[in-house]
Amino acid sequence: MGKNKYTISVFTEDIVGMLNRVTIIFTRRKINIESIAASESEIANIHRYTLVVNESEEMVRKVVLQLEKQVEVVKAVFHLDSEVVYQEIALYKVPTGVLVSGGEAEKIVRAHHARVLSVEPAFTVIEKTGHKSETQTLFNDLEPYGMLEFVRSGRVAITKPMRTLKSVVEELENY
Amino acid sequence: MLEPFHVPLKGALQMNFKMNKMETLEVKNTIPKLGLMTGSQAVVQALIAEGVDLMFGYPGGAIMPVYDALYDVEEELKHVLARHEQGAVHAAQGYARATGKVGVCLATSGPGATNLITGIADAQIDSTPLVCITGQVASHLLGTDAFQETDVVGISMPVTKWNFQVTRAEEIPMAIAKAFYIARSGKPGPVLVDITKDAQFGEVDFNYIPFTGMRSYQPKPKLDLDPVKAAANLINSAKRPFILFGQGIILSKAEKEFKAFIEKTGIPSAWTILGLSALESDHYLNVGMLGMHGNYAPNKLTNECDVLIAVGMRFDDRITGDLSRYAKQAKVIHIEIDPSEIDKNVKTEVAVLGDAKEVLTVLTPLVKKQNHDNWLSTFRDLEQTEYNEVMEDELTPVTDAMTMGEVVNEINLQSDQNNVIVTDVGQHQMMACRYFKFKQSKSMITSGGLGTMGFCLPAALGAKMGQPNKEVIAVIGDGGFQMTLQELGTIMQYKAAVKIVVLNNEFLGMVRQWQEMFFDKRYAATTMINPNFQAIVSGYGIKTKKVTERNDLSEAVNEMLCSEESYFLEVAVGKENNVFPMVPTGASVSEIRLS
Repeated sequence: MGKNKYTISVFTEDIVGMLNRVTIIFTRRKINIESIAASESEIANIHRYTLVVNESEEMVRKVVLQLEKQVEVVKAVFHLDSEVVYQEIALYKVPTGVLVSGGEAEKIVRAHHARVLSVEPAFTVIEKTGHKSETQTLFNDLEPYGMLEFVRSGRVAITKPMRTLKSVVEELENY
Repeated sequence: MLEPFHVPLKGALQMNFKMNKMETLEVKNTIPKLGLMTGSQAVVQALIAEGVDLMFGYPGGAIMPVYDALYDVEEELKHVLARHEQGAVHAAQGYARATGKVGVCLATSGPGATNLITGIADAQIDSTPLVCITGQVASHLLGTDAFQETDVVGISMPVTKWNFQVTRAEEIPMAIAKAFYIARSGKPGPVLVDITKDAQFGEVDFNYIPFTGMRSYQPKPKLDLDPVKAAANLINSAKRPFILFGQGIILSKAEKEFKAFIEKTGIPSAWTILGLSALESDHYLNVGMLGMHGNYAPNKLTNECDVLIAVGMRFDDRITGDLSRYAKQAKVIHIEIDPSEIDKNVKTEVAVLGDAKEVLTVLTPLVKKQNHDNWLSTFRDLEQTEYNEVMEDELTPVTDAMTMGEVVNEINLQSDQNNVIVTDVGQHQMMACRYFKFKQSKSMITSGGLGTMGFCLPAALGAKMGQPNKEVIAVIGDGGFQMTLQELGTIMQYKAAVKIVVLNNEFLGMVRQWQEMFFDKRYAATTMINPNFQAIVSGYGIKTKKVTERNDLSEAVNEMLCSEESYFLEVAVGKENNVFPMVPTGASVSEIRLS
């Protein structure tokens, strides 16, 4: 069965150890988690984890049911890229001296719609939000100038379907 | 700060607290004390409030305050001292399986806690309700590699239904209430509450409120009538319907409803080994055991039925064999409480999500009264084939060496079949499942999913302590017996009248059988040079007998069954006997072999 990129959103009670409970569902099945992000949701005390995996739909469906089986998981859903609006953020630390000579820095930052967050004598920190391919292109363009440090966040995603978490929670609370 | 749990959970918990839902509690006469007390006293009072009157455990440094509190309540809450924490947890499992109540065990931190893990994993895969309480080092020492510190919450996470670490005394009543609620509700399972030593010493104003629900956990799916109707239509038009039933029947206490359902529909019904005893063995619609060493007819005819109705079972690989050739011709109805089991292994035509009892109560009125006598007789014909080719030789052998089946059969013949049978894992387990006959539910206790050798002896002890008026017979191989035989000490100390039958073939028989069949008889590490079991067991003051001749078997079984106290019967059986039928790994169920 063909594999696809899926975004899995897991909504949980906000308690210690939840991340472990979520990730062991994947590790047990030897599924690589390509990226993961944890944050609050729009509802107090409910946290959300956004995970990206490359797997078959059947496997993802089973994993999501296993996630929902966890006592403190409120809801888990999965979506294809076309069903979510998603974003990642990347930070690049490059040597200031090399970058500014010849005006290349400005050209690159403009071309990529990136932002300069900080300029120090020794280094400059550039920020770019976008899909992985976009932040990767900027990485490729900056690399010749010497990449001192690079970091990219996990994907965060908003789902396109209109069912709100609030309505799910209300239904569960009135169960 | 006197929040019952830490702050973020407040909303979830408060909202769902309903004081009036007392029916979920196993209410006893003993009323917990209220008011200011230590955390460890709160542990004990919470257990009393949950109706616990018997628990199993093993003390140690980090759990000593709880043991100290137990000392004051010996009358209300009896503690059974196992000889190893694994023994304690298997005993709690045996207790839970025999009584339907939550099994409770107690252990210290570090090695005490890790020794529980096998039993917890066993309980998880076999859906046994357990509450395990472990001591933990003081909270300021967490993460410092302190003496006997281990991350038991982390270690047990993949094998518990829920776990929680308590670091403050005031969290204790809620944590224990929640633990019992989660362990026993929905699809039951093991939970673990890890309590730091400072929380045990701390002070709490104890007021016990039973836990009744939380938004993130719906133990029973809301029953949707549409799939029930769809299932009824399929069943009503089926020509060759076939039912597979599992432990779901026992766990949801649906034995009566299940029997009414099959008797109305006239559908032949076969069981998984965890479903064994949910329907009496001699029921006219009981067509036997599914799976790798199950009966010939139900395996063979799985691939000939037109509608397959699975009730409270999960299509384990030992049941299905090769999935790509499993019941492909059939429309599958799956009645199941756990949504993650639907379409996990076998694709369903109709999935009925719900508690077996609730579903059957609604389904039975919708199905037509029918009989499927011709179809049923197909089962009986194949059963005769199996009898001629396998059972006859097993039950009434002409060989010099005794067979496991004939020992089982002898016990059957001499008892009223109201025994609780507990088995270990291996050939003797399959023989016990195949040949013991049952009249009452919850009378077969075996480690099914995990296949835990060493399970039997402590589980039998727990079963006996939970059902003191029933005859509890432990049937064990010589291998598994030696994995937990230290629990003979517990049996001795508590005068638990467990009857122990060791079927001794001086081999790790099941592995040896596979070596014979699939590894060219290369018996790597399966021969056992055994000690003098008679001497060992006698050392515990338990009556023993060893039978090596067929002529002595009947009298020895009689002596065992008549014994008022524990009795150890060792029977020398054929060393290289095999269990048949068999569905070899990778084969289809219909390729089941009779030899």
